[in-house]
Amino acid sequence: MPVQALFGQVLIGLINGAFYAMLSLGLSVIFGLLNIINFAHGALYMTGAFAAYFLLQWAGLGYWWSLLLAPIAVGLLGVVLEKTMLKRLYHLDHLYGLLLTFGIALIIQGGFRNEFGSSGLPYAIPSQLTGGYNLGFMFLPTYRAWVVVFSIVVCVGTWVVIERTRLGAYLRAATENPTLVRAFGINVPRMITLTYGFGVALAGLAGVLAAPIYQVNPLMGADLIIVVFAVVVIGGMGSIMGSIVTGFTLGIVEGFTKVFYPEASNTVIFVIMALVLLVRPAGLFGRTA
Amino acid sequence: MLITRVLVLTIALIAATATAHAQISDGIVKIGVMNDQSGTYADITGPGSTTAARLAVEDFGAAKKGLKVEIVVADHLNKPDVGSSIARQWYDAEKVDVIVDVPTSSVALAINQITRDKGKAFLVSGAASSDLTGKACSPNTIHWTYDTWALANGTGSAIVKTGGDTWFFLTADYAFGHALERDTEAVVVKNGGKVLGKVRHPFPTADFSSFLLQAQASKAKIIGLANAGADTTNAIKQGAEFGIVKGGQQFAGLLVFISDVHALSLEKANGLVLTEAFYWDLNDKTRAWSKRFAEKQHGAMPTMVQAGVYSAVLHYLKAVEALKSDDGTKVIAKMKEMPTDDPLFGKGVVRADGRKIHPMYLFEVKKPAEAKGPWDYYKVRATIPAEQAFRPLDQGECPLVKK
Repeated sequence: MPVQALFGQVLIGLINGAFYAMLSLGLSVIFGLLNIINFAHGALYMTGAFAAYFLLQWAGLGYWWSLLLAPIAVGLLGVVLEKTMLKRLYHLDHLYGLLLTFGIALIIQGGFRNEFGSSGLPYAIPSQLTGGYNLGFMFLPTYRAWVVVFSIVVCVGTWVVIERTRLGAYLRAATENPTLVRAFGINVPRMITLTYGFGVALAGLAGVLAAPIYQVNPLMGADLIIVVFAVVVIGGMGSIMGSIVTGFTLGIVEGFTKVFYPEASNTVIFVIMALVLLVRPAGLFGRTA
Repeated sequence: MLITRVLVLTIALIAATATAHAQISDGIVKIGVMNDQSGTYADITGPGSTTAARLAVEDFGAAKKGLKVEIVVADHLNKPDVGSSIARQWYDAEKVDVIVDVPTSSVALAINQITRDKGKAFLVSGAASSDLTGKACSPNTIHWTYDTWALANGTGSAIVKTGGDTWFFLTADYAFGHALERDTEAVVVKNGGKVLGKVRHPFPTADFSSFLLQAQASKAKIIGLANAGADTTNAIKQGAEFGIVKGGQQFAGLLVFISDVHALSLEKANGLVLTEAFYWDLNDKTRAWSKRFAEKQHGAMPTMVQAGVYSAVLHYLKAVEALKSDDGTKVIAKMKEMPTDDPLFGKGVVRADGRKIHPMYLFEVKKPAEAKGPWDYYKVRATIPAEQAFRPLDQGECPLVKK
């Protein structure tokens, strides 16, 4: 295997890692602040992709509008879910949240599959981002480059907001001790609702980014969510930076596996997860409680 | 998955008229449609196959003939263990007489063996592996619609003959992909072509970019897709993104269904050459039947697998009627003895090895401008006569075939 071909694989790995990072970031934010293991994340990612498709088909709004509107729509859906259902579960065991969100995911997926079948719907790459660059060692499609750059910006932006701003400080304080934060006059329940909305909006955004690459398919989230959970576990549940770094790194590891032992490329992440859990049960970036 | 989504639904109970035949076990002919109701292959097989089976029961006129026919449905999730346990449950506890469809070759091969052990009947439409009428052939199984040998023979040889003589395979890593790759490689080599490399990807795979780069680096003229369903459409869609076709390479979709073309849209799929056993727009009879089918399926036209389920169930019921028995081994023997005839595949026969033969068609996907309406996707490039479309009887190593 020539070294140049490996560069290509690293780049491809980064692209897949971008999706892992964006999705696991949302999961981490939600878990860190709400203590909910959000199994509906994959379904909401898929909903984001469908939202882009609907905006194009029904409203004639293209990719760039979708990039703005689809996450907002998915975020609003998240707010409704949180307000009506999830908020009743905060004082219960993790398992209840997991079961509820898993059920919601099955319902959303089942509904879409019933209506649109399982083969998926076409969604084209926006005309400004078609084509690609010949880098010598590989052909890099413009759209993929855009996905990597855009998701790095989103990930870093989220990290900065949560770790470096006053709003983020409130959020983190509210997870540590909600009663005390409320005593300072901050509306904690509203903050939690908005956090959930933001977390799933990230999933919706990833869905829009994915729509031109994959078919817009009711099952696209179900296939991805298990891997993303492994990423979150490896990075450390609730660790923001952990999920970003792990997402990109595992994308690259998976990319290499696809060259050297492609048959194992869908299991390698789980092998790593098992190893990490043996050595560091809290994950690479996690803190033990 | 965390939850087993095995749904066993009793779909249709055709009203009984007279008392049942004495030879029919428990008085009911029970047909089990087993396939992928919810995953990657759900549009190819899935609920559409159930609809096709119901249409067959309706057209056979079971109720008028005093035959009680019941259809049950199950989702095997493309997993051999799930499929096997449903099959055992059906045969042992629920008195199912025949299992039909069963896409995903690994599952079909498992059920092939179980059916043989239990002396029941198995009509394969969805699965592709040519081993079902080769090494694994069984007196209780008929392989109805198509197989990997026929696909390789149709698409593979057509492409090699038009100059596509160097190949790189992207293969789904399970029984079906392996069989399709093997059969196609044989055709390529026989026609003077060369295989430059292959990569086996997990089933299912969403992102093909890494594999596409490897295919690109191989400089092969043809990238053979030995996979199906969403794997095929994702590979083709992402191939466009990576400039595969612009770079002078071409895709050979070795198993492409009309539902895949529909999902890809003609903009992405035009020019693909593919082999199928059925197309809704072949003649008046196929058009009329497909129209009835589409009315029940949100307007979707039938795939060849769904058409095959109809044809297989119809012939099965004719054999049961002639025999006045639903004993699995005897009915399959009767089905081989009687010539087949139905509106979708015309006249045909079932061979000793369990292979149903009929013409196969080499289609080319139309350009967007050529399509006159929805689902107007194919033009016929060649018709492969039944005798040439499938592997010769003596080459399959089937023990049932006397030398």
